[in-house]
Amino acid sequence: MSISTKRMFAAVALAAGLATGAAQAADPVKVGFIYVGPVGDHGWSYQHDQGRQALQEALGDQVETSFVESVQEGADAERVIRQFAANGFDLVFTTSFGFMNPTLKVAQQFPDVKFEHATGYKRADNLATYAARFYEGRYVIGTIAGMMTKSNTVGYIASFPIPEVVRGIDAFTLGMQAVNPKATVKVIWVNSWYDPGKEREAAETLIAQGADILSQHTDSPAPIQVAEEKGVHAFGQASDMSRFGPKAHLTAIVDNWRDYYIARTKAVIDGTWTSEDTWGGLASDMVHISEYNSEVPEDVVAKAEEVREAIIAGTLHPFAGPIKNQAGEVVVPEGETLSDEKLLSMDWYVEGVQGELPK
Amino acid sequence: MEMDLGTTAAIATAMARAATPLALAAVGELVSEKSGVLNLGVEGMMLVGAVSAFAVTATTGNPVLGMVVAMAAGMLMALLFGFLTLGLLANQVATGLALTIFGVGLSAFVGKGFVGTPLPGLPSLDIPFLSDIPLIGPVFFGQDPLVYVSVAIIAAVSWFLNRTRGGLILRAVGENHDAAHAIGHGVIATRYRAVLFGGAMSGLAGAYLSLVYTPMWIENMSAGRGWIALALVVFATWKPWRLLLGAYLFGGVTIAQLHVQGLGVNIPSQLMSMLPYLATILVLVLISRDATRIRLNAPACIGKVFHPER
Repeated sequence: MSISTKRMFAAVALAAGLATGAAQAADPVKVGFIYVGPVGDHGWSYQHDQGRQALQEALGDQVETSFVESVQEGADAERVIRQFAANGFDLVFTTSFGFMNPTLKVAQQFPDVKFEHATGYKRADNLATYAARFYEGRYVIGTIAGMMTKSNTVGYIASFPIPEVVRGIDAFTLGMQAVNPKATVKVIWVNSWYDPGKEREAAETLIAQGADILSQHTDSPAPIQVAEEKGVHAFGQASDMSRFGPKAHLTAIVDNWRDYYIARTKAVIDGTWTSEDTWGGLASDMVHISEYNSEVPEDVVAKAEEVREAIIAGTLHPFAGPIKNQAGEVVVPEGETLSDEKLLSMDWYVEGVQGELPK
Repeated sequence: MEMDLGTTAAIATAMARAATPLALAAVGELVSEKSGVLNLGVEGMMLVGAVSAFAVTATTGNPVLGMVVAMAAGMLMALLFGFLTLGLLANQVATGLALTIFGVGLSAFVGKGFVGTPLPGLPSLDIPFLSDIPLIGPVFFGQDPLVYVSVAIIAAVSWFLNRTRGGLILRAVGENHDAAHAIGHGVIATRYRAVLFGGAMSGLAGAYLSLVYTPMWIENMSAGRGWIALALVVFATWKPWRLLLGAYLFGGVTIAQLHVQGLGVNIPSQLMSMLPYLATILVLVLISRDATRIRLNAPACIGKVFHPER
């Protein structure tokens, strides 16, 4: 809760090896990261930190990285971001939607420091934004779910009814219905990003109500564990969670920030950094499909790979028409595709999702 | 909305599972508060208990040892709290908050190597024949052993507080520590024991989380349950059985709302997530409407510093 998140552990990872007197390198570029959760959450923040570690490893003593974890969205975030900026950091990544306004505020006060905000939409000359098209990955795993479900009921554990999550449910359902029009998705909202106990209960409820495959948009591996225990299948979230369910875990959508962090830091070193909006997907490997479990039949793997490659090639768009809403009305006619703008404000369920979207 | 026997049994079983960690942590806090000590460090003690239980069980393969170590770890945390507040007379509220922050950080630090280590869940008790009875079987005879232990602890605490000399002394210390001191009772010693019991129960609640409820260790896995336990003590007006009722009610509504959502009943999920809190507060307020009785139940010396020389 609120108190616990005020904890601040700033772990400074120093560049390996001492600079020798003879070959005095230029000052390393200082890169700061701010996480909303603990790095040990095995989900969202964990994956950002994996990216940071890869950056440190790839650029060695050219870079010096630091992070602060479990930073509360709001006033506390502003203080931490300002601290980074004031302490001579060159580049600061703020990795949660709720850090948007504090990042913008500090960015305006420190025009020489470069900022990157994940999943937001406010930019400035020294503030770039980046996000990932996770819906592409969800379409792929939807394909697997559609082919593998026997009960034709697939469970979906959702966090909060915001466009990002709704878009994921829709993409998953579209991918599933493309191969199996009879299958439907049952959604349970837990109104939390991270509560292992509640996620476990939601998973049990979905299984009790007939779901034989689970997908989740919450961060803990608890649903995978339940799936393993009950002998059903599930998809991992944010990172490969197969060790929590060696049989149950079919594959996972992995957030891969590694290449992006390396590229952007290099741009700062080279002096080529500009404020941009990046929305990477399967093509840039920012959204990565982890290894398929041997439980997934070969024809299903082949189909999933075909879908994945078609999305990368641009021949398949998950939100290409015809798409119907729950009432059966055609919302996106054949030949058209939902624009990025519409995707970013997604607030309706496609046909095949059960229940009503909480507003 | 269809509610068959299986669904009802599933809800009832899950209700006990969700309620047990709350009941355990809350009954420990209840005893501590009855002696006049408000310990807001429940969340921190739970997390330290959870990580200790997990670490010991993952290393030795012995869950009972894990639970014992979890209780000991919770007591160590409580001892620290006791030393600061009872020994050095520090402010209880501030120290309790600090204990939570410390517990969150310490458990994360100790648990670093255990993140992602899988652990097989504990088998439920499954009493032969009895657990096969439809509905009643799985609900009453097929639970995890700790579910029964938690009910037994509540019964024991209720008996201790109301029927024994030790319980009377503990309550006297919580009501008026100067008077209790004047007639020769050891105020500090009694409070130390109560606080240590609270720590042990929080540790056990943590062990339940990391060994039974979701057999894994991840940072901050209690996700605020320590705070709910604290609130339950107040809503239950410091009565053990009422506390158990509150915990089951909270757990039950939490589970029921998930089932209702899955069945596609059109109620906003945000409202559903509020329901456990609303229902628990409402019911406990209703059964304890008499304001004077609440005041009688609330320990008069709660949170007050005791200094024998004054």
